[in-house]
Parts: sequence; C-alpha cells; structure tokens
Amino acid sequence: MSAPTIALLGNPNAGKSSLFNQLTGLRQKTGNFPGVTVDKKSGVWPIDAHTTATVVDLPGLYSIYPKSLDEQLVSDILANPAHPDYPDVAVVVVDASNLHRNLLLFTQVADLGVPTVLALNMLDVARQEDKDINATRLAMRLGVPVVRINARNGDGVDSLKKAVLGQMQTPTLPGKLFFDPANDVSALIADTKEKYGLTNNYLALQYLIQHDGFTFLDQPQQQGLDALIERHGFAEIKFQANETIARYKRIATIVADAVTDKRPAGQPTRTQKLDRILLHPVWGYVIFGLVLSLIFQAIFAWAQPFMDAIDAGVAWLNGQLKESLPAGPLTDLLTDGILAGIGGILVFIPQIAFLFLLIALLEESGYMSRVMVIMDRIMRTFGLNGRSVVPLISGVACAVPAIMATRSIGTRRDRLITILVTPLMSCSARLPIYTILIALVVPNQRVLGVFNLQGLALMFLYLLGLVSALMAAYILKLMLKTKERGYFIMELPTFKLPRWNHVGLTVWESVRSFVWEAGRVILAISIILWVLASYGPGDTMQQAETRVRRQYATSSASTTDQNEIENHVASERLEASYAGRFGHFIEPAIRPLGYDWKIGIALLSSFAAREVFVGTMATIYSIGDGGSDAGVTVRERLRQERNPDTGGPMYTPALAWSLLVFYVFAMMCMSTLAATQRETKSWFWPAVQLAYMMTLAYGAAFLTYQILNQD
Amino acid sequence: MNKRSVADLRLGERAIIQSFNDERMSLKLLEMGCLPGAEICLDGQAPFGDPICLNVSGYCLSMRRSEAATILIE
Repeated sequence: MSAPTIALLGNPNAGKSSLFNQLTGLRQKTGNFPGVTVDKKSGVWPIDAHTTATVVDLPGLYSIYPKSLDEQLVSDILANPAHPDYPDVAVVVVDASNLHRNLLLFTQVADLGVPTVLALNMLDVARQEDKDINATRLAMRLGVPVVRINARNGDGVDSLKKAVLGQMQTPTLPGKLFFDPANDVSALIADTKEKYGLTNNYLALQYLIQHDGFTFLDQPQQQGLDALIERHGFAEIKFQANETIARYKRIATIVADAVTDKRPAGQPTRTQKLDRILLHPVWGYVIFGLVLSLIFQAIFAWAQPFMDAIDAGVAWLNGQLKESLPAGPLTDLLTDGILAGIGGILVFIPQIAFLFLLIALLEESGYMSRVMVIMDRIMRTFGLNGRSVVPLISGVACAVPAIMATRSIGTRRDRLITILVTPLMSCSARLPIYTILIALVVPNQRVLGVFNLQGLALMFLYLLGLVSALMAAYILKLMLKTKERGYFIMELPTFKLPRWNHVGLTVWESVRSFVWEAGRVILAISIILWVLASYGPGDTMQQAETRVRRQYATSSASTTDQNEIENHVASERLEASYAGRFGHFIEPAIRPLGYDWKIGIALLSSFAAREVFVGTMATIYSIGDGGSDAGVTVRERLRQERNPDTGGPMYTPALAWSLLVFYVFAMMCMSTLAATQRETKSWFWPAVQLAYMMTLAYGAAFLTYQILNQD
Repeated sequence: MNKRSVADLRLGERAIIQSFNDERMSLKLLEMGCLPGAEICLDGQAPFGDPICLNVSGYCLSMRRSEAATILIE
C-alpha cells in the first residue's frame, strides 16, 4: 500500500481537527472553513519512510445514523468500500473524560469491519476529573489498538503511527460484533447479505435502515431493500432504539472494567460555573452584546491604523511607478487599472483578519454553542433555529462558508430559510464600500465620549442587515409550511483555551482566499474596465478631447489652470469611451436612486462580486482624473468629485446613504448564488434569493435617496 | 396521574430517566446518552426558560422544552 487513506472520526469536540493539524501540519489540501468543519478536509501524513498516507478529517458525529447532511457524508463513505475516501484504517478519536458516550460511535465503526485504532484524547481533562483510564485493559476488551494521545501538543503521535501501520499490515478486528443484528432478525439479515453480496451483518443492517440516504445505491436497489423490510415486517425505529440501548449496556461493562472514577459527586466543574454567568437571563445577553460590540470595535477602530498604512503604501507605490516608468498606455494600465483595483482590496486585509480572528476565537473556546442556546428562543420566533446563529454570524465574514455551515441544521425548512436570508448579513466584501462611503459623509468625531460616530454608522448598517434577515426569515416562515418537526438537541462543549495555531490557520486561510479569490476577479475586471474606459467607438474620444480643448482655447485661456483643463479633458474622454456609454445607457434606471453614469459603471461591474465596486471606482476615478496627482487615495478622489448640475460635492449624504442601503440588501455575489444552488440542489432558490434581495435593494435605496434629498 | 417529564424538573432537581413518549426523538436522545435508568439533572435554562441545559452522565446537553417533554422520569 503506497498511499493509504486514514480517516479521522469522532464525536464533535473530541479533538479530531486538532489531531488532523498535528498529523498534516500545513500539508493540507483544502482549508477549514470558518465556523465548523462542514466539509471534508484532507492532508498528507508521512507515516514512515515508505508510507505517505492521505488523512481525511470527517465531520463530527455521535453515531453512524446521520441526523444532518454533514453527518450523512460520513455514513455514505463508511458503508461503501468502493468510495475513494473509504479508509484503510479509521482512527476514532475519543474524549477520555466522556468515554461512555464516545465509545458508541467506535463500536459501530468497528462493527462495520473497518480496521480501527482508538485514539484516547483529553486524558488531562479526565485526570482533572479524577478519572483514570487503563488503556491496556481497554484495548483487550475492545479488541483493537488503543493509543493515548494529546491532540493539542502532539504527544503520542509516534505510538499512533505504529498502531496505524500495524493495523494496515495485519488488521486486527474485534473477535465478534459488539452488536450483532442477526441475533434478533437473522432471516432478514441473511436475505439482505445474499441479495446484495455482503459479508458483514452490521453493514447489512445499515443497508436496511439507511438505504434512502446512500448515494451509491441505485433506485432498484433501494426499492429492493424496501421490499425486504416489508416482507419481514422490520420495525426500523424500534430496532435502532434497541441497538443503542444494547450497545450502551456492552459499553458500560467495558468502561466499568477499564476506568476508575474517583470524582466526588456533585462538584460543579469550571465549565458549569462559567455557564451560570454566560447563560444567565441578564448577564448572558449583556456579555453577548459586549462580545458583538468588541467585534465591531476591532474591525472599525483597531484595524484603522493598519488600513491607513496599506492605503498610503499603495498610493506611494502608484506614484513611484508613474514617475519611474515611461508614460504610455501600458503604464496607465498597470497603475490606473491594475494597481488601483487591487489596492482597493488590499486595504481591507486588516478588517477581515480581525473579523475572522474573533469568530475563530468564539468557535474555539466553546462560547459559540452558548450563543446558540441563548438565541434559540429568539431565532425560533423568526422561523430560524439556534443553530442558525452560526451561519448568521459567519455571514458577517462571508456568506459562502456561512451557507455551507447550515449543513449542521437538521431540519430542512430551518436550513432553507437560513440559506435564503444569510446573504443579508453584511459580509466583509461590503466593508470596503461601507468604510469608504461612511468616511465621506459621516464626521469622524466622538459622541457621548466613548462612541465613534463612524463606528456607530457602521454598526447601524450591520444591524440593518441583521434586522432585514430576521424579517425576511419571518416572512419565509409564513410562506413555507411544513409538517417536519424542528429540533435542537446539542451537547455543550466544555470551555477550552483556543488552539492558537488553529486560529492562526483559519485567519491565514480566510485572508488568503479573500485576496486570491477577490483579487483574481478584480484583476480581470480592472483590465477589461481599463480597456473599455480608455477606448471608444471610432474616434469619438478624440473628438471629445478636441472639443474641450477648443472651448478652453476660445475662452480666456491664460487664466485657466492647466490642471483643470487636463481633468476636464480626461473626464470628457471617459464619458465618450465604451465604459462611459454603458454607464449612460443604464443611467435612466439608476437616476431615481441618485446615481450618475460613473456609479452606474461600478454598479454593473460589481454584479459579479461586491468588492469589485471599490476597485472599479478606484479605476474610473483614476482614469477620469487625468493623472494629475497620482498619490491621491480613492477616498480623496471621491471627496473631490463635483456634481456637474449643482456644482457641490457629488457624494452628498443622500447619495452616499442611498448607495450604502443599496449594498446592504443587494445580492451581488456570484459565489453566494452558486453556493445556494449547490446546497439546495435547485436553480429555483438562488433565483428567489436574487429577485427578492435586488427588489429590496432598489426599493430601499430609492426611498433613502428621495427622503434624504428633500432639501 | 400524568407522568412527569424532564420538562417539569425544577432547577437543580435530579431524576432518573424512565422512558420516552416520542419514538423518533428517542433515537436522537438515546444516542446522546439519555438512557433509561440514567440520572438527569436540570442544570440551567436559557433566558425565557427555553432551551434548557441538562446534565446527563457527566456532560451538558441542551434541548428545547418540547423535546425534554418527551423524556419521562420516575
């Protein structure tokens, strides 16, 4: 075996992801998405000189019977030896402080006939609780190798290597099944095995109970199993309940033999003491509110110095390039097109890093589960679920992983509603737009001594997104009727210190993918846009330039500033270009919102992804500027922009707020629509999402502009 | 007399799980360690009294009151 597959399995919070990071280091193929482990991650683990294994980190689950979509993925793999991810060895990671419940999954995996190694994790926690585990005795009773590990610091990884290699060369399986379904329904199991060519009794039972969810069975096969169930009068639910009870009985005798528990009864643990405050009717919400305001403080105030530095750096680089490179279309493309576009995005790295850092910390420490508990009651009013809080909060970072995180919501309707409203949460791609426009029209001053007025404006936009998401959910709840019952049964993990490398990795991954994904789109659009803005049909641009120059020549030319002429020429040329024509073409549609054709161009190009908006503005205004002052930032350019009708600033509060509100609601992100399509497996729901959000955006922006523009 | 369920527990009260009155819900609860004969204790409740936090065999489980009402106690 040259490239064996090792699967990591275990209950949620047993330490799988920590072990995964220990084994693979940075040799991972796909990054973990912020929030929970929603998708399969795989990485490379060099076990010894000859063997390099592929390690697959599977979603956490409590039993082989799935309760949600991400759990379904696991049983679909384990029941199908032909699956490319079917493990040569399964490493079941268990929380030693809660061995009893964690062994349930282990006995099921072992009964499927997968060569298994049991990794005992969190022994330090068990020791704190005065529990002592005899690994040798446990291994004898279970019939598989048992290894003591510490997934946080990597202790025991060498023993794990040996055990995994051993299981690969000569698999040892438990002598007999922990639970043999043939004891109760032997005829049914025998029939199933014969008809489907199976050798394992427990796998045959999985075929019977789970065949609807197994993607590797075709329709006739699934119907054949239904027929078998009917012929034998098999009561699936009752049988499954008995199985669980029987397994726990077996486990109880094993645990009684291998574990000595000297814990004095009734002592509240550290976690229980903390929960008394965090789940408190008053303090619970106060603390949650403080945590949220800390997030806003961080992304607005603390990130500012870093952002200013990057902003200035890009402007300086742009100036340097313009001076040192020979003037010409290529230099213009590089500076006004590419650098202006990319620079508009690089600026937002600090804010995104802070955001993901704080969300990763909440997730890591175990606080996020408490948030679900205190929010469930409120969320239910709106047709959501306590679990919807994670997608909604992650949506503040990016809607794509947030929509994927809804896979842990077991109820179909709750999940669908969460998917549809999550993009209303203001994602980090809207931050660039918010920040620039707020800085233009909201004074940077303090109110009541502590609050920054710009920070408050930002908070208002985020709240607007949240409130509209809840309202939309409420309307959807009334529209989508279902008989399915929602449920909310969840284990609260104990509080832990965050694993810093894990947090670091999450932040790095999110920043990298933001810059990379957005960067590529922006690069492409910047180039296209620059071309469209620099060339026009026939010689119309040349004509426009000649016309302007003639105007100045006939007036008292000597008194006119040379710079002003150049600016006027540049903006006339832009207006005559292809991009200018596009902008003018859609102008009638956006006039009622207060936008001119320049904003129209940016609006159009940001249909692919909102973050393109700022990049486009940067490109358009750099080109329209005549290149007179290269070192000026986008924000300054917008501030200097004049309204040709009134002569006052173009970006009045009415216009800026209209744009802000537009982007709060607008569904301008191809990736999100693609994610919705993937998760709902239909084109109908992304179409609904696009339609309702765009209507909302246009309507709200129209009202905002018309109301604010009164005087 | 009506049987008491976990939803009727007072804060800090302990009880022994006897049976379930909802077949489908019982599967999930059994897997999470709510077994007949196990001791269960109402540890806390979220603001507005719902969901509740239960301690079963040494760890904390959170569920809604409607779900707790399917667990009957002795």
